[in-house]
Amino acid sequence: MHDPHVLLRVISKFLIPIIALFALYVQFHGDYGPGGGFQAGVILAASVILYALIFGLDAAKKAFPPSWVRIGMTIGVLLYGGTGVVTWLLGGEYLNYSVLAHEASHGQHYGILAVELGVLVTVTTVMIAIFYAFGSRQPETDERDW
Amino acid sequence: MIELVLAATAPSESAVHIDWLSVFRFAGSLISLAAGLFFVLAGTIGVIRLPDFYTRLHAAGMTDTLGAELILLALMFQSGFSQMTLKLVLVAIFLLITSPTATHAVAHAAHEAGLKPLLGPYKAPEVDEGT
Repeated sequence: MHDPHVLLRVISKFLIPIIALFALYVQFHGDYGPGGGFQAGVILAASVILYALIFGLDAAKKAFPPSWVRIGMTIGVLLYGGTGVVTWLLGGEYLNYSVLAHEASHGQHYGILAVELGVLVTVTTVMIAIFYAFGSRQPETDERDW
Repeated sequence: MIELVLAATAPSESAVHIDWLSVFRFAGSLISLAAGLFFVLAGTIGVIRLPDFYTRLHAAGMTDTLGAELILLALMFQSGFSQMTLKLVLVAIFLLITSPTATHAVAHAAHEAGLKPLLGPYKAPEVDEGT
């Protein structure tokens, strides 16, 4: 079987896990330097979008089902808002992380981690949702056209 | 660096200590930076001056791989044995893998679309002197 894009497929298979790993690096490096939930979410979504571009939209929908997209979008926002509500219940202001632990600095750390995780999940799934919405509109580009 | 060289050439004291590692680092980074800049400049001129799509793509690919890699090598010489060098090595490896792949994808797409390369002898047009 002749595959015209064997080179791109091999390189992408090698690179996609590393892109996802780099997204986690950006996510957890956000406390100390440039980076954070939004950038990490975009990079993580880019790995799924690259998979969809190289292997086709159907394969991508098998690997990352659209139901996950819907669930992820709500879970992320709930995680963000829920952190605020938890700090409310613990006696602080909305999103005042200092009350999350015995020491204020530890509480700040846990709070920013939870909020950034919510941002990561939401941004990833929304980016993939936009891509799926555009990609599903019309038949895919023919193999011989690119 | 200049003080080091001056101290080395000054005949005042016989036992002048020269930090040869930093001399080699400086010289290596200078040479590879100059080579990288040469390739980037050659690629830029090539993209403007070369006659057709494939030759221009060749020039652009040269800029992306050799030029960027040599500049990264110069930065590695400058940063020494540190975490920054490890990051630069990773950047260099991924650039070495991805940028020829991107060039291949573009060239393959052009070939599939039926673009024929320009064959036969070719003479570059005269540079417009701006009369």
